[in-house]
Amino acid sequence: MILFMMKKLIQLLTLLVAVSLLTFLLISLSPIDPVRAYIGADMLLISPDQREMIEAYWGLDQSVIIQYFHWITSLLTGDFGTSLIHRVPVLEVVSDRFLSSFILIALAWIASGLFGVVLGSLAAMKKGSWLDNLIKGYCYVLLSTPGFWLGLLLLMVFSVWLGIFPTGLSAPIGVTVTEITFTDRVYHAVLPAATLSIIGVANVCLHTREKLVDILNTPYILQARANGYTGYKLFFRHGLRNMLLPAISVHFASFGELFGGAILAEQVFSYPGLGEAIVDAGLNGDVPLFLAIVLISACFVFVGNWIADTLYYVLDPRLRKGGTRS
Amino acid sequence: MKRKWIIPLVIFIFIYITSFLLDRNMIEINLQIKNQAPSLLHLFGTDWLGRDMLIRTLKGLQLSITIGILTAMLSTFLGLLLSLVSSVNKTLDKIVTSFIDLFLSLPHLVTLILITFVLGGGLKGVVIGLMLTHWPAITRVLRAEILQLKEMPYVQLSKQLGKPLWWRARHHLFPHLAPQLLVGFILIFPHAILHEAAITFLGFGLSAEEPAIGIILSESMQYLSAGMWWLAFFPGLSLLMMIIIFQRFANTLKDYFGRDRSYEQQVND
Repeated sequence: MILFMMKKLIQLLTLLVAVSLLTFLLISLSPIDPVRAYIGADMLLISPDQREMIEAYWGLDQSVIIQYFHWITSLLTGDFGTSLIHRVPVLEVVSDRFLSSFILIALAWIASGLFGVVLGSLAAMKKGSWLDNLIKGYCYVLLSTPGFWLGLLLLMVFSVWLGIFPTGLSAPIGVTVTEITFTDRVYHAVLPAATLSIIGVANVCLHTREKLVDILNTPYILQARANGYTGYKLFFRHGLRNMLLPAISVHFASFGELFGGAILAEQVFSYPGLGEAIVDAGLNGDVPLFLAIVLISACFVFVGNWIADTLYYVLDPRLRKGGTRS
Repeated sequence: MKRKWIIPLVIFIFIYITSFLLDRNMIEINLQIKNQAPSLLHLFGTDWLGRDMLIRTLKGLQLSITIGILTAMLSTFLGLLLSLVSSVNKTLDKIVTSFIDLFLSLPHLVTLILITFVLGGGLKGVVIGLMLTHWPAITRVLRAEILQLKEMPYVQLSKQLGKPLWWRARHHLFPHLAPQLLVGFILIFPHAILHEAAITFLGFGLSAEEPAIGIILSESMQYLSAGMWWLAFFPGLSLLMMIIIFQRFANTLKDYFGRDRSYEQQVND
């Protein structure tokens, strides 16, 4: 077990080094001029001499590899640099937004997981019926739906017409940071989370359905049926346990997709999370903030995959005793 | 069986060709009819400059489909190329697989934002970005297929007979890979379209004067609170319909080829 953990930790570290190197190289190749991005409209007031001094001060006259090592070493000491658009340390911007995004993603993840498993099980147990066709049709339609468009529709219906939910932000307007309650944050996260989970249901649901259909074709189910078990009893005794593990681990492995969806949902609902920050950073050339969020998203995806792997390892006795995944 | 995939395909191609017949100049500014709700004269309504939303939507779909076809083809080709490279020897295989892992370790959309950010957006940025984000899934499938084929007696035999790699690829591998390539292409296509719309919506993709669905939707956001629902509803719905029609065709065609379903899992994530 410890060996397994160590291996995963080393994997994460090499992955982060690779991701950071790749992003750093890409960005240093890009046409974005860091001096111009920093100074902005006052660029005309800067003489070539002053420009050179700024470049020397920032180490821009050194080679890319040396710049990368400078960046990595300061990252390791916890210094992510200063955000150009917010004019505060990146770590501050990110930690503030991380909580908002976390609430949003957690809500969406739980909701889509629950509904996905329930709908998928229903569809598989009633395979071939109108209910199955309805659920399957719903999932296929959602797989083709642009998430941000669904967000716009929800925004129109619930915020503009019905006025039940706020149109944006993660807290009421005119309230200081200290007065924001947890309920406020959740209330503002409901619509974006709903958008994410309506789309997210499809993947879990189809996967659950497929797994359960496979299980229902096995000999032990035939035996159970012969013994007179049907419907819910059959499902809870034999179906659920066998189907749940793959369903949950697929759901954990979908963290990346969820993060991508969150970027779009946050943009639609102007919800101040990491997704909105990365879009702002990208559009305004705020490289330090951008790089930090790219690294965070890589960690995020890794954690999802890692939990999925570990779940198999911990929960499946066959795998724990050195067998293979069935 | 044949009718099931022919009909959606015909509808799809019909809409695509119709959009070509529309001249771009038909999207003209006419302030006298601005902000009109859908009516018989303007089925999808008009926007704040009096432009007909139906024509804008059709033009947007045309652009989306063109980009989708282009990028799906490019990334299928890239996948084929990389899977061939990985079949040469162990070291190259290691390099290719670690690149796949690297690209799958970031959320799709983040990679896309990163690449379009670096390339400075625009059509070139979107096409290259989409190409570079959709190859890992198909490369994995093709690599596994080639790995299997390579061990086949007749491939081994022609290797012993001194046929070069390219000859073996052309005569032994491609005939087997052709259906995989086609299936890969039709599975990547809808994803590419959705991602193009998303990245354009976020502001990294096509420039604002292009008639793209993403642009239309992001513009419509400013008018939603004024109750102009048709600006967002119809263009998004049309995009959804086009993708559903294409999926119907794709699903039937995929079953028609009767290959394994290992694709679905991987391309969908």
